[in-house]
Amino acid sequence: MSSPNLDVRDVARLARIALSDAEAELFQTQLAKVLEYVEQLNTLDVTNVEPTAHASPVFNVLREDVIKPGLNRASVLANAPHAANNLIVVTKVLD
Amino acid sequence: MAALTDLTITELQSAYRSGQTSPVEALRDLEARIEKTDPAIGAYLSRDFDRALIAAETADISLPLGGVPIGIKDVINVVGEPCTCGSKMLAGYMAPYDATVISKLRAAGAIPYGRLNMDEFAMGSSTENSAYHVTRNPWDLTRIPGGSSGGSAAAVAAREAFATLGSDTGGSIRQPAALCGVVGLKPSYGRISRYGLVAFASSLDQIGPFARSTRDCATLLNVLCGKDEHDSTSLDLPTEDFTAELGRDMKGKRIGIPKEYFVDGMDPRVRSSIEAAIATCAELGAELVEVSLPHTSYAVGVYYIIATAEASANLARFDGVRYGHRAKNPHDLLDHYQRSRAEGLGSEVKRRIILGTYVLSSGYYDAYYLRAQKARTLIRQDFQQAFEKVDALICPTSPDVAFRIGERVNDPLRMYLADIFTIAANLAGICGISVPCGLVEEDGKKLPVGVQFLGKSLDEARLLSIADAFEAASSHPILHHNPL
Repeated sequence: MSSPNLDVRDVARLARIALSDAEAELFQTQLAKVLEYVEQLNTLDVTNVEPTAHASPVFNVLREDVIKPGLNRASVLANAPHAANNLIVVTKVLD
Repeated sequence: MAALTDLTITELQSAYRSGQTSPVEALRDLEARIEKTDPAIGAYLSRDFDRALIAAETADISLPLGGVPIGIKDVINVVGEPCTCGSKMLAGYMAPYDATVISKLRAAGAIPYGRLNMDEFAMGSSTENSAYHVTRNPWDLTRIPGGSSGGSAAAVAAREAFATLGSDTGGSIRQPAALCGVVGLKPSYGRISRYGLVAFASSLDQIGPFARSTRDCATLLNVLCGKDEHDSTSLDLPTEDFTAELGRDMKGKRIGIPKEYFVDGMDPRVRSSIEAAIATCAELGAELVEVSLPHTSYAVGVYYIIATAEASANLARFDGVRYGHRAKNPHDLLDHYQRSRAEGLGSEVKRRIILGTYVLSSGYYDAYYLRAQKARTLIRQDFQQAFEKVDALICPTSPDVAFRIGERVNDPLRMYLADIFTIAANLAGICGISVPCGLVEEDGKKLPVGVQFLGKSLDEARLLSIADAFEAASSHPILHHNPL
């Protein structure tokens, strides 16, 4: 395992979270401690061990491709931060 | 008759059937109880008794949960009710549909009436991460109720609920159940549909019940379980009656004592409580076997890689576009995302999203995420090997009794270690239950200790039978004591 060289600001940008200076500094210290703790996994020999993604014995679950009613439009739009004309208004994506 | 709100579900149902009381009366008493005690406890985020009373008037008490009020953790969608997940991000959000567990509860006659406090997006072990208010432990109001389903556990302990639903990703049902002196069941992965449960870590999350008896948990599991086309991980299994094997002793049962769960660092009073619980199992006829789960010490590390990785993906949906908080006047789309999430999410959630994003990021994926998934395989194998020898495992639910509000908020790692005995069950997908096993006195207050039984995947019937036998022998003084 690589040594923890986490740059909290950089990762927060990837995660689309703006951080204040105080938060960035605090998280940097706290997460460095957490990563130091998980370093113990380095001592484990995982050669030839298959990864487990989940504990369920089911794979490739398929259903009939049949159209069913979706959610009620009004109740969905009621939760939108900004809706108009039966549409969700979004921040401009293209200039 | 005792106060209605002191009754278990089973007792309430027989009171309905003998005509001593009615669902309307039970709801009115419950509402009065909540109004009286919840200002001190803070278990609820919202309630809708008007709607619940309409349902109670026409309740069919012949149904499996006919007219039984059930409190719901604020992470499970109930149509037309708020579902904040304890987050400012979802302030004002109204669920547009019923989660599958809610549809199943309604079909069985149960009545949802209130939303229970929790750590934001189920991330925490103390319910202090709720963006709304803290929840206090009914046994000592200066202490935390555990978490993340702290409201669900505290409400049952405080007689502000007959039973509640919670969710358990790394111990979020069992740990608060232990700290509040109630019974909490985490079913096996795949047992219950998560459709309508706001996802935290999808390979670990499971919904389960809290109650003041193992039998009530079994009755609820009968209703909640089953294959659901809306959750591909839910399993299609033969119908079982989980109450069928209750009321027995432990003769013929082999119970394993995992030696790695009895290490230094545990509160010595918790340790002696668990040792007494083990002795009780022997008196009930169980054969005790020492077993080893050699990869136990890696579980917390594995969990905080896998759970945060999955959370970073699941919580990407909170982008301020379709629902949830949106920042005012963004100057471009990046600013819209970054500020909406910065303003809507609390510190612990941000920390975990950042950690999860890091362990999945290019260059670190193999070192952290893939390695953790491989270690997860070893942890699962530990349990598979142990369950070849024994019917269930016995161990502490939490290394400590309830700690004081504020004591650990500035030390995330120490908070994470509170889950040390519950996390492995989620990684392995097995079932677990916490039942009260003792009281510890601190500063003149009695604080509950919980014992955890772990069963192999989909072996809930046997797990509940063992927990019920233990409860009958040992837990009743705690479960029957109203701490307020």
